Amino acid sequence: MAQTRQLCTFTLDNLLFGIEVMNVQEVIRFQEMTAVPLASPVVRGLINLRGQIVTAIDMRARLGLPDRTTGELAMNVVVCTADGIVSLLVDEIGDVVEVDEKTFERAPETMAAGFRELVPGIYKLDGPLLLLLDAERITNLGSGASRAKSEAA
Amino acid sequence: MSADEELMREFLLESSENLNQLDRDFVALEQNPTDRVLLGAIFRSIHTIKGTSGFFAFVKLEKLTHVGETLLCRLRDGEMFNDSEITSALLAMVDGVRRILESIEATGTEGDEDHSSIIAELARICRERDGSIAAVPTPPVAPSPPVEASTSACAPSPESTSSTSSTSSSPVPKVFKSPPPAAADPTEVATEKLPVSPPAATPLAPQALVAQAPSGQSQAEQVNDAGVAKGPAVADSTIRVDVTLLDRVMNLVGELVLARNQIMQFGATSKDAGFVNASQRLNLLTTELQAGVMKTRMQPIGNVWNKFPRVVRDLAHACGKRVNLELDGIETELDRTIIEAIKDPLTHAVRNAVDHGVESPEKRKAAGKSEAGTVVLRAFHEGGQVNIEVSDDGGGLDVERIRARAIERGLVAADKAARMSDREVGHFIFHPGFSTAAKVTNVSGRGVGMDVVKTNIEKIGGTVDLSSRFGHSTTLKIKIPLTLAIIPALIVTCASLPEEPLAKGDGLSSEAAPTMNRFAIPQVNLLELVRLEGAQAKRGIERIHGTTVYRLRGHLLPLVFLSKALELKSAPSTNDLINIVVLQADDRQFGLVVDGILDTEEIVVKPLGKDLKGITSFAGATIMGDGRVALILDVLGIAQRANVVSAARERAMVDKNTQSQADADTKESLLLFRVGKSTRMAIPLSMVARLEEVAAIKVERAGGREVVQYRGAILPLIALSRELLHEQRIDTDEPLQVIVYSEQGRSVGFVVEQILDVVEERITVRNQTARDGVLGAVVVQGKVTDLLDVHGVIRRTDPSFFGRKDAA
Repeated sequence: MAQTRQLCTFTLDNLLFGIEVMNVQEVIRFQEMTAVPLASPVVRGLINLRGQIVTAIDMRARLGLPDRTTGELAMNVVVCTADGIVSLLVDEIGDVVEVDEKTFERAPETMAAGFRELVPGIYKLDGPLLLLLDAERITNLGSGASRAKSEAA
Repeated sequence: MSADEELMREFLLESSENLNQLDRDFVALEQNPTDRVLLGAIFRSIHTIKGTSGFFAFVKLEKLTHVGETLLCRLRDGEMFNDSEITSALLAMVDGVRRILESIEATGTEGDEDHSSIIAELARICRERDGSIAAVPTPPVAPSPPVEASTSACAPSPESTSSTSSTSSSPVPKVFKSPPPAAADPTEVATEKLPVSPPAATPLAPQALVAQAPSGQSQAEQVNDAGVAKGPAVADSTIRVDVTLLDRVMNLVGELVLARNQIMQFGATSKDAGFVNASQRLNLLTTELQAGVMKTRMQPIGNVWNKFPRVVRDLAHACGKRVNLELDGIETELDRTIIEAIKDPLTHAVRNAVDHGVESPEKRKAAGKSEAGTVVLRAFHEGGQVNIEVSDDGGGLDVERIRARAIERGLVAADKAARMSDREVGHFIFHPGFSTAAKVTNVSGRGVGMDVVKTNIEKIGGTVDLSSRFGHSTTLKIKIPLTLAIIPALIVTCASLPEEPLAKGDGLSSEAAPTMNRFAIPQVNLLELVRLEGAQAKRGIERIHGTTVYRLRGHLLPLVFLSKALELKSAPSTNDLINIVVLQADDRQFGLVVDGILDTEEIVVKPLGKDLKGITSFAGATIMGDGRVALILDVLGIAQRANVVSAARERAMVDKNTQSQADADTKESLLLFRVGKSTRMAIPLSMVARLEEVAAIKVERAGGREVVQYRGAILPLIALSRELLHEQRIDTDEPLQVIVYSEQGRSVGFVVEQILDVVEERITVRNQTARDGVLGAVVVQGKVTDLLDVHGVIRRTDPSFFGRKDAA
């Protein structure tokens, strides 16, 4: 009776991440973006997704990972959250993997708090570790909020 | 379960449509009380609601509609004649039905409101009018057969509805079949109204009867037949579509248009005739499809106006006035979002016209007008906008009274008010809380009318104007865009150098060339464009203490640089070409300096994601012709960010006051001085106690402040260059220039760089620059000069200066 779930995987700075497959609307190649001045640095720009304007969030910046090197084009993982559709900019798209809940373990306390906020746990796959991303929390831009506050002040 | 809910939703939707139709029909009926076609239509609407309510076991609703139906049935069959009493009773019933439906929609139950008085009133009318008709000497329609006919016509309904109805509806038929049991309230009402109602009904009866008697029955049948035959056909030709689905289709069509544009570009260079043909067909079809989809979102303005006949009727009754409502251009189409948005403001405007505009019949007669006033609603398309006019032939605006009231309320100084044109004065009625009504009525006079109209209309990018002829008419002119979703906008550009961390990231920006950012500015905010070239560009822009201004036809226009406002890393400008977009934010004008001005375009406004909503500088985003996204600037947000507009409304009020003060004391002597390297400032000479030169070595420090011993006391010094410009004073051996200001025995010295001149000048403060220590800017000797805020600066450096004085 092993419980499993399907995760859509992608890499960021050689780390393997997974996001609930039901949250993922689609995966598209690099899109030209329109930068948003005054926005949180995590927001890389706006993309036109068949007439819908979608905010692109750079997951490297969001997780505090080093920036992509010049010339590397990010992939868009378009996810549906309670707050609408956002696009996550990631390095490379992996497979959809089925993971066993038995291999799940909560993220260790020693992880950086900002990181742990988005990564509630880890699946111990045979190969690399698969970090589970919480899609709902990604759009909860703490830095964006503080930016808005400083703007109001 | 869900099927039930679905049915219920259908029922509610259908019923509310029916009710709206009913309101209109009733008012039309009052104009033409014997119109059987109308009566038939009303009867059917009520009957439908009743039937369905029985199906859902809504007992109260069924009861209420049942009595109404009975009465209508008799009206339709010509047994009774409609008058305003009956109409009022029936309207009360419709209102009751509406409240029950609202309650059902909100809570799923009928609510606990008691409708027995309405039911009793309807039943009483049923009963009494029976008598009144029987009393008519020549009864062309015998009273007895129609009763049978009517009961037979009405009879199927209680049974046909549902099992619950048989028990619940039983008391109701009893009421009208058997003569009145001594119920308390119906008799009371009856005795009160008896002397009025029969005479109203009887004189009408004979002539109407004669006219209709021969064909009465057959007509009614025809109507019924026609209704049955027509009903399903009409229902089949329309379907209800979820609006979100339409919006989605609209979006997709927009995208299709972009894809079409790209294909057309290939087509233009292609040699393949087949491909060219196909792309041309695609072009045509897409255009047609786009127009078609746009049309699905449009609704005739009649959808809002529908309820106005009823509103006007009720209101006119309540105020004891006679008002005719004319609707002109009812088919004018508007986007559905706009229709929603103008509903409330328009209702306000119409209520105002009836309550304040149209005078009482006596007054009108005295003024030589017809007793009944007329309110005209007119709608038409003009210049890509929809114009709506609400006009009445009433008393017009009493400009003098408004003027007096405005002065009384302190909105404007008396002398200024005297100089204002009538049209300007008229606009005071748009001020919040402004009312000239002597007493607050149920309907209006609370002063929350016209400002609501104005703010709501402006919120959707419309404008409101008012014209009036005293004693003759008032016309409110509203201009609104056709649709909220598509707005005309000016596309401007602002270059930015890619920031370093970004450049590494998205790969795209490997070239170091500046990126052109495109921004859209809604046309509603746009006043004019100013282009400065060459030498003009260098001279035209003046800097005062960190703020840039431009002299636009003698007025100071504060400038905001878009690149700075958006914190873009701007490319070094060559400064030989300056584009100023003059914008209106609230009641303030400012110039937005942009790198380039492209074109005006119709853009589709799309909302920004939640994570970007906090940025007030953007109103949304749009997709440009090349498929890329451009941000729409929120002009008010930018203005606030750049401090052009602060706390909007209060500011506007204060400004008016200061401005009128400044107007009042026209000429004043000013002391001009220089602060820092180049800033010209001035203070009124009346505030200067003395001018002193103090040797630099005499300056001592006490309590962290610079002081000098001066006439046996200690004079604190305030270095304006440091205080206002944050520049360090250059330490020289030259004596310091000190302006001494005294108040109640206490003094303070302002250290300035150079005393320039004393001039007599007409001061018009333009409070465009909201900065500490500066009251505003004035033009002195043809140069922009800052007016020093003496009190502000003192308070900032020594908060106790004025406080201690109070204590002393």
